[in-house]
Amino acid sequence: MVLAVSSEKLAELAETARLVRQDIIRMTYAAGSGHPGGSLSCTDLLVALVFAEMRLDPTQPNWADRDRLVLSKGHAAPALYSVLARRGFLSTDELTTLRRTGSRLQGHVDRQKLPGVEASTGCLGQGIGMAVGMALDDRIAHRASRVYAVLGDGECQAGPTWEALMAAGHYGLDNLLVILDRNGYETDGATEDLMGIEPIADKFRAFRFETHAIDGHDLPAVLQAFDQARATKGRPTALVATTVKGKGVSFMEHKFAWHGKAPNKDEAERALAELGGHL
Amino acid sequence: MAERKVESLRDAYGKALLELGERDPHLVVLDADLSGSTRTAMFGGRFPERFFNVGVMEPTMMTMAAGLALSGRTVFASTFAIFAAGQAYNMVRQSICYNRANVKIVATHGGLLVGGDGGTHQMLEDISLMRGLPGMTVVVPADAPTTRSATFAITEFDGPAYVRLTRENLPTVTDGTFVVGRANELRGGADLTLVAVGALVARALEVAEELHRVGVEARVLDFASVKPFDEKALLKAARETGAILTLEEHSVLTGVGSMVAAATSENYPVPVRRIGVPDVFGESGEPWGLLDRFGLSKERVLEEAWDLLKMRGKVQ
Repeated sequence: MVLAVSSEKLAELAETARLVRQDIIRMTYAAGSGHPGGSLSCTDLLVALVFAEMRLDPTQPNWADRDRLVLSKGHAAPALYSVLARRGFLSTDELTTLRRTGSRLQGHVDRQKLPGVEASTGCLGQGIGMAVGMALDDRIAHRASRVYAVLGDGECQAGPTWEALMAAGHYGLDNLLVILDRNGYETDGATEDLMGIEPIADKFRAFRFETHAIDGHDLPAVLQAFDQARATKGRPTALVATTVKGKGVSFMEHKFAWHGKAPNKDEAERALAELGGHL
Repeated sequence: MAERKVESLRDAYGKALLELGERDPHLVVLDADLSGSTRTAMFGGRFPERFFNVGVMEPTMMTMAAGLALSGRTVFASTFAIFAAGQAYNMVRQSICYNRANVKIVATHGGLLVGGDGGTHQMLEDISLMRGLPGMTVVVPADAPTTRSATFAITEFDGPAYVRLTRENLPTVTDGTFVVGRANELRGGADLTLVAVGALVARALEVAEELHRVGVEARVLDFASVKPFDEKALLKAARETGAILTLEEHSVLTGVGSMVAAATSENYPVPVRRIGVPDVFGESGEPWGLLDRFGLSKERVLEEAWDLLKMRGKVQ
């Protein structure tokens, strides 16, 4: 398959991802809490979705024919807020209000507070089910929209995730794309040490998904997989996207300690320096 | 007392859903492998393209319902109360209520009257779980006509609702008037107030009739709209009758009785006695016999009523 994206566009996406990663560091530093590790791991996936794949209009966040994104791993809120801001759904100035009293930027994404957020999530294991409901709605309304769900790997230990995947497979929802942010770690350690989810791709296949393994930081590969998913009919697609928890910040990479901990000032400055920015 | 018509609340729900389905072409119904029991199968037969029987996955039935509702539809989701409010609680909380999704949960088989299935399936905590959720409307109809009108009434607002139905057929005790947020006075009286919900409304009327024979006039309030709660009607009754007895087929710790006790003690304290299932699980048995076994017999209600009347100096 030939990728229909120019090298300029790819460079633009990579640059956006770099800025989003800076935002994540600034936001979690300013908040003094939050989830940088799993936000940095899904940054490239979210940038690819929101800037290159999905049909969205920031001036009409409730446009009926838009595509929908459900961030099932709702703790990656900083990544989604930054991507939405850079896509024009809110001002980037608002980003550092994350987790503050009165802010629209709740610790876990809240659709009632922030236009552009399609579903409030946070308690794990619920996002895929909501995405299945949305995809069914598109089908019975004969709407051409697509639904995208970003799933965490710790969340694959939750039973209801599999209920919902079973339903997606049963209904053959080819307008649904589930992207697993396979960064390998959850709050207390490696998924495979706590409660192993492998062989995860085989599990998706067994649940009737067209399943592809990709490098979740390789933008051309990600975009190509999106194209392939759109062309797949009769069944949903799952992308097992191998990612690096804490991607882009050397001292956060592959460290589960950064799942739910904010950087202090020194750490934030060092992280931003690596990402070509500053506090 | 004249023989009352005995009707199925579940049939009333199934028929109302059919009518709603005709009226609103976007209305969608979900069930979790109990569509015969809940009567959603009637809708499913008529509108197969808008009916999803998801099998035994109540949590995901709720998240799917939320997803469908977030796309702009009115969605009904039905299963037994134990699964709707128990198995799927956090999905109802986050995916439906926190999202303010327009999902109407109609749960059948609430309370002891489930009978033979026993304590695992007799949901006695759902009123408390559901009324604790911000934005949730909670309805416990006393009979088939109220079930019908409540099924329509909850589609008239955008937001979540929980309706608790009883498995057993129940005597028709109302004219079907139902307004969200309003209690219905089924019988006037100034000596005592009986507040009841669901199957126990008929028992309250029965007791009021007995009291009438000895010259005591009990007011009977049907609190089908548990939330929003009609505090005005309750406090009026407290002022005018001076004592309140509550009846429900639910844990006495956390049900409607505790709402009545809280509202009166904060605003107009009068003696309140709460009759409900004590702090235990249910068990298998003949449905109506279970009410007696768990302290909801007519004799017990009369006894408590008499006690309250004595306390108020209304009888010797």
